[in-house]
Amino acid sequence: MATLYEGYTLCGVGPVQNSSNIGILGVEQGRDIDYVLVTDSSRSITVYKVSDQKPTGSWSVKQGQIISCPAVFNTQSQEYVVVTDDRVVRVWKEDDVNLEKAFKATVSADVLRVLSATDSEPVVLFCCGAVRFLDSLLASPQQPIEDVLTEDEIIRGEHCLYVQRFNPNTLVKHRIETEPGLSAPISFSATCRGSNIHLLYLYLNGSVYESVLPFRSSSTGAEGVQALSCSLCLSLPLGEEKLMSGAAVVLDEAHVAVIGFPHPSAGACKDYLCIWNTHFQTLQASKEMAGRIYSQLWCYSGKLYVPHGKMLSVIPFDCQKSSLAAAMGKLKQTSRSGKDFSSDIYEMLTCKNRKTCQNTFCLIFKPLQMDCSLVEDVQAEVGEFIRRAPQADLQLAAGRVALELVSRSQTDANFYPQCAFLQLLETRYLCYSVCPELLSLAMVKKDFHLCQIAFQIFSDIPEAVTCACLKAILSTPDLEMETVNLDTDSVIFMKELTQAHSRSDEEGGQLNGFCPPALESDVSDTPSNKLQRDPLSLDMSCPVGLHKGALLNEVLQTAYSDRSLLPHLKDLTVPQVIVFLQYLRFLYFKYSHDAHKQIRALRTPSISQIIDWVCLLLDAHFTVLAVAPEAKRLVFDLHKFVRSQVKLYAELGKIEGSLQVLKNSKQSEDFGMYAIQVIELF
Amino acid sequence: MQLFSSLWLWKLSCKGIIRTTTGQRHLKHTHTCFRKPQHKHLQRDQLQNSEDYWERRRRTIGLKEWDHARLSDPDWVCAGSAGLDAVGIWFRECTHDREEGTQSEDLRSAMGEFKVHRVRFFDYMPSGIRALAFNQDTERMAVARMDGSVEVFHCSDRFFQEKIIPGREQCGIEGLSWVGERLFSAGLNGGITEYDLTNQKVKYTIDAYGGPIWTITGNQQGTHLAVGCEDGTVKLFEVNEDQIQFERNLDRQKSRIISLSWHPSGSKIAAGMMDMIQVFNVETGHSIHRMLADRGAGTSRSKECVVWSVVYLSDGTIITGDSVGMVKLWDDQTGTLIKSHNVTKCDVLALSVSQNEDSLVAGTSEGIVVQFQFVSMVLEKDDKEWVRTRTFRNHTHDIRAVAEITTAVVSGGMDAQLVVRPLLDKIEVRSAASALRKIHFPHRRLVSCARKSGLMLFQYPGHLELWRLGESEGKGTPGSSLFVKRNPEKLLQLKVKGEDHIRCSAVSPCGGWIVYSTASTLRLYRLHCDNNNISITKISKLPKVLSSANQLCFSSDSSHLFSASAQSSVHIASLSQSGCKFVGTLKPKSGSHQAIHLLAASEDGKWLASANSDHEVHIYNLQTQKAHCTVPVYSSAVTAMGIHPATNCLFMMHADQQMFEYSIEQKQYTDWSRTVQRKGLHRFWVERDTPCLNVMFNPQNPSHVILHDMYMLCIIDQSLPLPDDKTQFYNQLTLKSLTEEQRKSQSHAFKVCKTFKDILCVELMPDQSLVVVERPLEDIATQLPAPIKQKKFAT
Repeated sequence: MATLYEGYTLCGVGPVQNSSNIGILGVEQGRDIDYVLVTDSSRSITVYKVSDQKPTGSWSVKQGQIISCPAVFNTQSQEYVVVTDDRVVRVWKEDDVNLEKAFKATVSADVLRVLSATDSEPVVLFCCGAVRFLDSLLASPQQPIEDVLTEDEIIRGEHCLYVQRFNPNTLVKHRIETEPGLSAPISFSATCRGSNIHLLYLYLNGSVYESVLPFRSSSTGAEGVQALSCSLCLSLPLGEEKLMSGAAVVLDEAHVAVIGFPHPSAGACKDYLCIWNTHFQTLQASKEMAGRIYSQLWCYSGKLYVPHGKMLSVIPFDCQKSSLAAAMGKLKQTSRSGKDFSSDIYEMLTCKNRKTCQNTFCLIFKPLQMDCSLVEDVQAEVGEFIRRAPQADLQLAAGRVALELVSRSQTDANFYPQCAFLQLLETRYLCYSVCPELLSLAMVKKDFHLCQIAFQIFSDIPEAVTCACLKAILSTPDLEMETVNLDTDSVIFMKELTQAHSRSDEEGGQLNGFCPPALESDVSDTPSNKLQRDPLSLDMSCPVGLHKGALLNEVLQTAYSDRSLLPHLKDLTVPQVIVFLQYLRFLYFKYSHDAHKQIRALRTPSISQIIDWVCLLLDAHFTVLAVAPEAKRLVFDLHKFVRSQVKLYAELGKIEGSLQVLKNSKQSEDFGMYAIQVIELF
Repeated sequence: MQLFSSLWLWKLSCKGIIRTTTGQRHLKHTHTCFRKPQHKHLQRDQLQNSEDYWERRRRTIGLKEWDHARLSDPDWVCAGSAGLDAVGIWFRECTHDREEGTQSEDLRSAMGEFKVHRVRFFDYMPSGIRALAFNQDTERMAVARMDGSVEVFHCSDRFFQEKIIPGREQCGIEGLSWVGERLFSAGLNGGITEYDLTNQKVKYTIDAYGGPIWTITGNQQGTHLAVGCEDGTVKLFEVNEDQIQFERNLDRQKSRIISLSWHPSGSKIAAGMMDMIQVFNVETGHSIHRMLADRGAGTSRSKECVVWSVVYLSDGTIITGDSVGMVKLWDDQTGTLIKSHNVTKCDVLALSVSQNEDSLVAGTSEGIVVQFQFVSMVLEKDDKEWVRTRTFRNHTHDIRAVAEITTAVVSGGMDAQLVVRPLLDKIEVRSAASALRKIHFPHRRLVSCARKSGLMLFQYPGHLELWRLGESEGKGTPGSSLFVKRNPEKLLQLKVKGEDHIRCSAVSPCGGWIVYSTASTLRLYRLHCDNNNISITKISKLPKVLSSANQLCFSSDSSHLFSASAQSSVHIASLSQSGCKFVGTLKPKSGSHQAIHLLAASEDGKWLASANSDHEVHIYNLQTQKAHCTVPVYSSAVTAMGIHPATNCLFMMHADQQMFEYSIEQKQYTDWSRTVQRKGLHRFWVERDTPCLNVMFNPQNPSHVILHDMYMLCIIDQSLPLPDDKTQFYNQLTLKSLTEEQRKSQSHAFKVCKTFKDILCVELMPDQSLVVVERPLEDIATQLPAPIKQKKFAT
């Protein structure tokens, strides 16, 4: 998972002279990873030590001069470079005080940008498209600059990409092939991985495309425009409002940071910085940015630089290796569903042709958006859509459809197409981050069946939502719960579990897990309570109804990380905690008791899951449970049982050595003085 | 035609017209090379006459005698003579174009199951090592054991135990010394003994008249022996041509002389005694210096300090090892202590210095060997010092003797194992020969088997035990043990008369005869086994020639006894109800007179093969009682051999793990043997460090040869392809997991079974069951005296 840490302000953004002008021209890497070079549009260039949040040097140009491109640091010569008034290249060192006294050179054409890369000479990009190394340019500043771009082209204009290679000096023009009808991309980001250049474009419609360009292209001398294929790797959700700008920057091979696009569950507000996983199309982290955002985003050495409001914020982030397990939180216990899910993802990743998909869901979308259509119609349409759409394309489309249906259900209280949701869930293409509102909507509508299916299918439910669902389940009375239609398999499991209890009670057999010493020590602990029964036979009735139990089992099997779950668990009320703990204790006793029994069910919580939840619950409500009189009995039982188990295992541990010796002695062939054996040679 | 052409070639070369280079062989390029005519193209009469042919050629060339050079390749024979500088090398046969796999497919059957009698009731106890003596020139290591036996190991032939001179009761050897190629020992019985290494027996013993002798050492000049006696005298003996003669005593001291060392010049002698070291001038016999060795601190102050070992270096440094645990360096000019190293809390029992005096090893009673090296403390400076460098821990008990040989440290002690620890800095190429080697068991067979009656004869130093194997009931799956219906029983224990220990023994295949020989007597017994009544009769009137034997063997029908005797000769005696009758003597036509250590008789009673310690294998025709032929001499000793019952091929195993199969009738190596030599043996096979001690054949599967060494049992299927170095050599587990079909493609000729350990003997019985006699080293260890108690952590 990717994480956005708490950010801090690096500097204020200078007063904006006119509203269209942005405050910061650029942020560039300084002399090492802890230094950045901030060029603001108000004539000044400042070097900041990021960890100290302090400026270490600042230079400004004279009144009347304009900084026309962000200053960069030349790592080769340890000098700063900036261009003023479009044509004047200025080079200075760290200890130069006055920029006016620094080296100046006027070049013969307008400079667009100076680009710096570590361990190489900076390059100067002219407005006309020509590129020069800085040192060769400064050697003869007045050298003629050729026009690379044709008359009607400007940089960052059309769908063309010029790639100029040095050594050998070649220029290849690529046309980016995207969907027709898309305007120019609003943001680029390029990274080098292996022997390829990966280009990422962000379009206003929320699509993020990626192109891969080999370093050494074999097509030398091929004149004209080459087509550059690109693939859609992410579809960002769009809000209500028309977007004007946005920015994206590649963090690593699987993560991209996007600003200016709405958070999928936060409504229309677009002032969010989000990290998306392009492999799994999941939202990994997000942060709300206060104040106006400028659609500017830089990323240097694990930190994102975002100007917003009146400040430039530094937000450290961390992208973990995007494995499947990491993307889904903990790995799921049931291997079956996990396998299905991963195979789906790989299908999705290998899917190439998305054009048909886009078209299909556009067609489908129109009737859905009609307010007048009835729930039944919508369900039929969705069914038809799922049937018709190619498997590979469903991944993107299903999420869109679900999102649409959820937003409509939220606005229209009478509209709740449960069957459509179930159908969409059945495709197993939905996950929580694609359609975050679905689960909360189901909770509001008390649609526990949908909840159960979602719990089974979603692998990325946030801990807060898991807890909210748990709370809702626990607070719903059993009577009401029994009427709910649930997955039969889980209900059968609960039935078997409770019946097994009664059966073993009838037989009166105490099997695995029973430990008489515990009973004795228990008696000696509380000699007054003579009537105390065996803790195992105590309270073996299920504290909750079958359906509630089945739902709780689903909660137990969700993936979570305990540190995030713990604070949310504290939201449970004491009676809820006690009921849940009673149920967990019931399960635990059952499992210990009936360890030899194999109840045939597809999804059952494992003993370690149960124990994890017991521990979490006790951790979260320890003081309450210690004080509450009604919890005393429960905690005491648990304590006794665990102690008996510990004793049992301790005893087993003692004989482990002897068992090992038994095993070894069998292997060693001590046959005394004489034996007649049979050997076989091959 | 071919005969003619090769003769022609020879003439040409003599005239200097042809000079063939044989750079690929080990000989110099000026040697001429010939092709000997191919036997298989010769007519039968020519074949029989081929030896005559060589004889004629010898005369033609004018050689006195063929001098068989030791070539590692049997395809080549090198001949020459000392008088001529012409040396011929003959390519014995070129059959390299021979096609393989001619044997029919049906022979390639599965190996199948074997019933194995695992015998562990042979309580063989090796005797502790008391003294070592290394002969640099011949690369032989002489080892004296507590029981008085002396063994000679060949250091450059994988430490094969070439010679064994059995000991005798109350012999108590304390020291060993080489004088040239002569070996002397002295012991607590007060006598000095010289050994006849050719016939592997004691040559003579003379009394030194000084009480028990603690040490014996010869000077480097080879003229004198010095012995240190209990009465405090150092006695000098002059080494004569055939005897030694007492010369004189050096000044008599008050206490016994424990250790002695000659100065390399031979003019001075250092003697280690109780609490002191004396340096004598040999010329005058007077003591030059007296150096006092400090006693230990504390309680051990009351105990005398015994100078167990002393070494006199050519630069005048005297190095001593004593019972206080110190290795001390003294200056013989001033008689002062230069330096002392505290090596151990117990005793330093043995010291040995390398030939070039730059390395010293000390053995202690804790079982560790400490190496000191004479190195300069500052790089490229000359002021060298003795620095303790390495510690080897390979023994559990006291180390009584150490010897530093060219590339290794050899040590032996109370735990009865001879440990050869290579010094890796002196080894140029790492090979099997340079690996750590521990020799636990003698390289001779101590067990003989009466195959037809299921009897086993165990040879102990002072007695023989005859056992009958048990019987099993039912069948079992591989890996399982069968129910033992009848336990094995000890039928007989035969104690040796006299003080000499047994040298060799045998039980006849029928189980009716037992024979053993000591250095002085040979005894033959008739054994009667009627149901459970065992009776034994000694055959009283033995032929006079059968007075002593180096090796004994019965013919397969038990009708004849073969007794290897002096001069590499073999006496034949026929056995019958009436007794034993001398039949004749087999003598090799030529060659050395070294004692025979192996005999092998063929199943059909026609052939007898003998191997002596000069690596010569002679084959005799028993019908004519004449020498039949001699197998080309190979550079490594024969460790085991057997004659194939069906093909009458002699199968020989050598100490360097090479194997040869020689067809007796055709007097040439078999095709299979040539293939083995050409393709080479697998690395893992060659790197094994114990010699094969028995060669057996499976009459039901003529292509099988069964071999064993101390750690494994191997069946070689000659019908299967040979493994090359890329093949998995130990493939039994792999094969087990494969199907019958896959096995065919995977299996190779060497089927190694490593189920058994510490094997003394393996025999194949007529009912296809194997007898494996094991002597687990742990069992030996439990019977050893307790080692010195050492404080170990947390005990």
